[in-house]
Amino acid sequence: MTLAPSIEEVIEDFNVLKCMQCGVCSGSCPSGRQASLNVRRLVRKIGRDHEAICDESLWMCTTCYNCQERCPRGIAIVDAILAVRSIAAHEGLILERHRHVANLLQEHGHAVPIDDTRKEKRIQLGLNSLPSTVHSHADDLEDVKCLLASCGFGEITGRKE
Amino acid sequence: MMRISLFLGCLVPNRYPGIEKATGICLETLGIDWKELEGASCCPAPGVFRSFDEPTWLALASRNITLSEKDERDVLTICNGCYGSLADANLKLKNNPALKEQTNSHLSQIGHHFDGTIDVRHIIEFLYSEIGVQKIKEKIVRPLDLKVAVHYGCHMLKPSSSRATASVERPSVFDELVEALGCTSVDYPDKMECCGAGGGVRSALGETALAITEHKLGKIEEAGVDCIVEACPFCHMQFDAGQVSLAGKGREFGIPVIHYSQLLALSLGYSAEDVGINLNEMDCSDFCNLLGNKKD
Repeated sequence: MTLAPSIEEVIEDFNVLKCMQCGVCSGSCPSGRQASLNVRRLVRKIGRDHEAICDESLWMCTTCYNCQERCPRGIAIVDAILAVRSIAAHEGLILERHRHVANLLQEHGHAVPIDDTRKEKRIQLGLNSLPSTVHSHADDLEDVKCLLASCGFGEITGRKE
Repeated sequence: MMRISLFLGCLVPNRYPGIEKATGICLETLGIDWKELEGASCCPAPGVFRSFDEPTWLALASRNITLSEKDERDVLTICNGCYGSLADANLKLKNNPALKEQTNSHLSQIGHHFDGTIDVRHIIEFLYSEIGVQKIKEKIVRPLDLKVAVHYGCHMLKPSSSRATASVERPSVFDELVEALGCTSVDYPDKMECCGAGGGVRSALGETALAITEHKLGKIEEAGVDCIVEACPFCHMQFDAGQVSLAGKGREFGIPVIHYSQLLALSLGYSAEDVGINLNEMDCSDFCNLLGNKKD
């Protein structure tokens, strides 16, 4: 199984300690307007406290990159959030709905696989009922499953806290 | 003309196949040397899978890229999420020998090898820079007199450090391509804002995603448009299925959602039914009728 980065590596790699708490990130955050995500506070927490991996608001980021584009200190905020999420995931902190999507990928090679309603729509449009993706190529699906196993993806996403 | 392979991803073929059909029509009519990328998988989605484990994300993304490397074709994406994953992974592997080696050790198990010989393109950036607004105008057989809210979405342009496109805050490439078809791109507040779906928010925290969507739809509604045009099936789904969810809560918008490939195919003379606009989750029959009338 592959390893997640350490929180110290995240802080170092993405310049987290350069934060001066100006709040441009929070003012630019579409999710922050609607939910409890406060990017400014989250960046401070990542810089100080391993407990940031348990912060529920980590998963409210839509990865729109507004904060990262506008940060006057050049902190790679979204990249840091994604890296902290991966630490959380490796410790079994994955939301149930996300675990479900991970299972779909492992079974079908698609996070969103085909269903009967959409097969009908494809036929109605004059397309093949299955697309030319792994859905039509069993050998390619096997390759995808082999890669997922090689990376230990099932162990990571199957793990519970 | 350059050679490309069309990467379908998940949502286009498995949820909105009208976009797949429309894209084929457009590439064919514009005389582009293209074929579908056979055997491709999920990109894999950056919001969830990159979040869980970056080595897995790189391994799956690079498998898709190597399928196209074997064919000596650039990868063309029609989804901001697929573009975000494949373009970011491609760049990371090209620039980081250690990551490339680690990824190739996984790929060796299936007989693939990432060489870093091709580029990943997004259909908007591709049409703008390789075909050009003028040439597209010349191909139009049915100018569309529509007022349009253009939605860029996030990962077509950002992070700007790994994108070829110009301005992040005030871009114009997409608007120019829309106006080339006879439409008017109507400006509106928060035009550059996210649809709400990305980052795994739609899949796990649907109500948060929907609140962001409702905010954006409210601004678009005030602008008074005939439709929303995007270039990402995830934004497409969020606005389309999102309006069905919001209607269930008593908030009706009734704004049809169309991918740029579908809009372009309409202007090339195809009907709304040809490109599956009638197959959206929300009822678009008024809009389809409007287009039908305009064809005459």
